[in-house]
Amino acid sequence: MIWEVFRQERKGQAFAHAGSVEAPDLAFADDYAREQFGRRGESVALWVVPRESVHAIEDFVDELHKNYHRVDGYPLKEKLAKARERAAAT
Amino acid sequence: MSAQQLLELADDELILGWRNSEWTGIAPMLEEDVAFSSIAQNEIGHARALYELAAREVGTTADELAFDRPPDEYRCSKLVQLRLVPDWARTIARHVIYERADQGRLEALKSCDDTELASLAAKIDREEAYHRMHAQMWAERLAGEPRFEEALAELEPLVDLRDEHVPEFAGLWEEMTEVRRSVAGATW
Repeated sequence: MIWEVFRQERKGQAFAHAGSVEAPDLAFADDYAREQFGRRGESVALWVVPRESVHAIEDFVDELHKNYHRVDGYPLKEKLAKARERAAAT
Repeated sequence: MSAQQLLELADDELILGWRNSEWTGIAPMLEEDVAFSSIAQNEIGHARALYELAAREVGTTADELAFDRPPDEYRCSKLVQLRLVPDWARTIARHVIYERADQGRLEALKSCDDTELASLAAKIDREEAYHRMHAQMWAERLAGEPRFEEALAELEPLVDLRDEHVPEFAGLWEEMTEVRRSVAGATW
């Protein structure tokens, strides 16, 4: 059985996927997750979740290519560069 | 506590650490390999701290106590001396028996008059708590398995036997002290 492990590096930070462990039950998963992702002080908390409990989404339908819905529809890089130039000039 | 009793404890931890480390790379699962190797490393760390304490009492160093004594001076229990690779059932049986015995010993040390030793025992016990959790979950998993139950019955009587060594202890001592013996007095 595969368990997905998420770790929090510092209190208040978002949990990020750390990796997975194979373990027959929660007790083993708990022990193995601690050993692999917690024993060197690299985490302040772990979430250990059976892989089946993770609902994965991989398809994002965008038939009409509405790119104005996407964040990349608004390239900020150039605007920022220009704004900085203006700020430097004044 | 006498330096001799301290040595019994330190020798147990060192030799068990060595024996457990023989599983590194070949444990039944990769995850278990990491867990068991880490337990082995902890035991050797405990041994070092205990040798340091004993070394001050008798005026020597931890390394000399760990590696420069003749084999018959090692006071470790027969239980930890056995080479159990590749028998996982017996390895877990030893783990369970040792952790149980060690818990009682550490409890007593935590309340001893020597405050330095008592605080070291408390520190060691905080790590041993994880070893006990690990031993416990395996004991529950293997409970009722004939190989495991037989191993418990076979190994249990060895835990307090310290006055003689099992034959394979000689090989472990050879291996463990080889580097130190090759360059006498070397420091690292």
